[in-house]
Amino acid sequence: MGTKTLTQIEEEFETFQILNEEGEIVNEDAMPDLSDEDLQELMTRMVYTRIWDQRAISLNRQGRLGFYAPVAGQEASALGSQYALDKEDFILPGYRDVPQIVYHGLPLYQAFLFSRGHFQGNQIPEGVNVISPQIIIGAQITQAAGVALGLKKRGKKNIAITYTGDGGASQGDFYEGINFAGAYNAPAVFVVQNNRFAISVPVEKQSAAKTIAQKAVAAGIHGVQVDGMDVLAVYAATQQARERAVNEEGPTLIETLTYRYGPHTMAGDDPTRYRTEEMDNEWEKKDPLVRFRKYLESKDLWSEEKENEVVGQAKEDIKAAIKKADEAPKQKVTDLIENMYEKLPKNLQEQMEEYKEKESK
Amino acid sequence: MAQMTMIQAITDAMRIELKNDENVLIFGEDVGQNGGVFRATEGLQKEFGEDRVFDTPLAESGIGGLSIGLALQGYRPVPEIQFFGFVYEAMDAISGQMARLRYRSGGVYHAPITIRSPFGGGVKTPELHADSLEGLMAQQPGLKVIIPSTPYDAKGLLISAIRDNDPVIFLEHMKLYRSFRDEVPEEEYTVEIGKADVKREGKDITIITYGAMVHSSLKAAEELEKEDIQAEVIDLRTVSPIDIDTIIESVNKTGRAIVVQEAQKQAGIAASVVAEINDRAILSLEAPVLRVTAPDTVFPFSAAEDVWLPDYKDIMEKAKQVINF
Repeated sequence: MGTKTLTQIEEEFETFQILNEEGEIVNEDAMPDLSDEDLQELMTRMVYTRIWDQRAISLNRQGRLGFYAPVAGQEASALGSQYALDKEDFILPGYRDVPQIVYHGLPLYQAFLFSRGHFQGNQIPEGVNVISPQIIIGAQITQAAGVALGLKKRGKKNIAITYTGDGGASQGDFYEGINFAGAYNAPAVFVVQNNRFAISVPVEKQSAAKTIAQKAVAAGIHGVQVDGMDVLAVYAATQQARERAVNEEGPTLIETLTYRYGPHTMAGDDPTRYRTEEMDNEWEKKDPLVRFRKYLESKDLWSEEKENEVVGQAKEDIKAAIKKADEAPKQKVTDLIENMYEKLPKNLQEQMEEYKEKESK
Repeated sequence: MAQMTMIQAITDAMRIELKNDENVLIFGEDVGQNGGVFRATEGLQKEFGEDRVFDTPLAESGIGGLSIGLALQGYRPVPEIQFFGFVYEAMDAISGQMARLRYRSGGVYHAPITIRSPFGGGVKTPELHADSLEGLMAQQPGLKVIIPSTPYDAKGLLISAIRDNDPVIFLEHMKLYRSFRDEVPEEEYTVEIGKADVKREGKDITIITYGAMVHSSLKAAEELEKEDIQAEVIDLRTVSPIDIDTIIESVNKTGRAIVVQEAQKQAGIAASVVAEINDRAILSLEAPVLRVTAPDTVFPFSAAEDVWLPDYKDIMEKAKQVINF
């Protein structure tokens, strides 16, 4: 029989890695063309984001931040992929993908306002090509196909990139989104950050598919599985996917193998209910910062002094951003009514008057 | 002026807007080469090319998401949902996403999307093709919902919808597609969204309705006239937002009203209209405002449509009940 077996297909999806856990380059040929400054910048961003994550968790516990989905463990996956983008590329994030949109231009204080449920957090400044984080799992994936098709129709050499998690790859919108992008050969890159758990449900229970990357096959698009703790591999895979997309060689599904150290969100999730300490420890050995730090130190590009500088800067920026977020005006019902339609219909005009009077008291 | 069926008027509106604005894109299942299952997009792909008028994969949620993404790139998408009963597949894309885009982004982004879709009973479709789901849509802040009853209104309202900067659900009653012709100007014109139309004047009772029931109501009004009852028939044309002023003005004049809809009785547009009259004109009323609707079952299998759908006799009966209260 000439039938290719499922096993044969699955075996083709080997994990792409450049930097191993010891911080050694194991795949010299795939090494992306990054300057020393680029390498330092990648490390800076990962360290900065780790500090930001720690501060966000503690601010949340103090009641000074609202909804927050921790990112520690996923820095390489999140930031390595964003670093491969052009400023004109458009990001459609999920709720854990706030660092990517901040590095794409969203001011940090707005990320905090988003977390606090203040609408000004979602008012994306002109020239920043992102949309606010999606809450419905997978809804951003079909939208990404639309943004990508729009970019293609406009003749731009840019891509739409969207992020979801392993659970997101079970949604109907995931299949529809990757299929639409493939059918239109639209310049889209779909990143699935496989952190092994959709809240509590392990990826093995999401699907019989051995990899998420292989789901690309059915949609007729490129698929790659990447070591999501290896910032160089994530960067290289995204950069290649981006190149293919803008050259009309098709969309790509990138699965990054990663792990979130913290809970799903700060709203009461307890990972000890579904993860073992051994598993946590095993993944912490793969830590993206540890291995990249080792690598940079071996090239004399990183030092404790440099690291402390970044930590200091992050703390200072976060303090300033929180202060700025605190200055945002109290949210009013009239602000919300204002943004329902371009021109308010009669029912809302009447309610606007009602609330204006209430708010003036 | 030309004589056009509603389907021709709809095609004409799309042709005009494709010409007027290069950002207008028309797409959906079978809308390209095939011109749509009802031929609503007949000839448009040939005239404007595959870049502007194109087929989509068969996935309604995908069509919704695609529309939002294109809107984010400055396009003005006019997607078709092949039959409105399929809209459940796209509910998140519509209610969860496009209806909230302006709100969620604090006014930075908006979704100038017009979803066209056939619906409506009396044409013996299989299940989940004909349901009146406008009440479901009207429940969602951020959307506008239009249901024209004549070819003239259909063309003018569709042009307005495509030019509107917020998402519009444009529902086309299948029974009206080819049932009659109307004088329709060949040039462009608009009919204001959110504005009802008094389709027949009368002093004794107000019949508030929309869609195919406008014609049943007009027929009932003709019959009532033989019994010396002068019914005023208001065609809402837009069911969200509702033109409250026109309704209240009429009710203040007649003192009596019924609301007629093809949809089931529970929740829905008719209930909203009754509540508005209650809020604003109760002291003008000589009798309770009653509703003529379908019963609260799911839309019937096609062999039961005739006994399920309200008809002009039901409207006459209810009108007389209110008159004789």
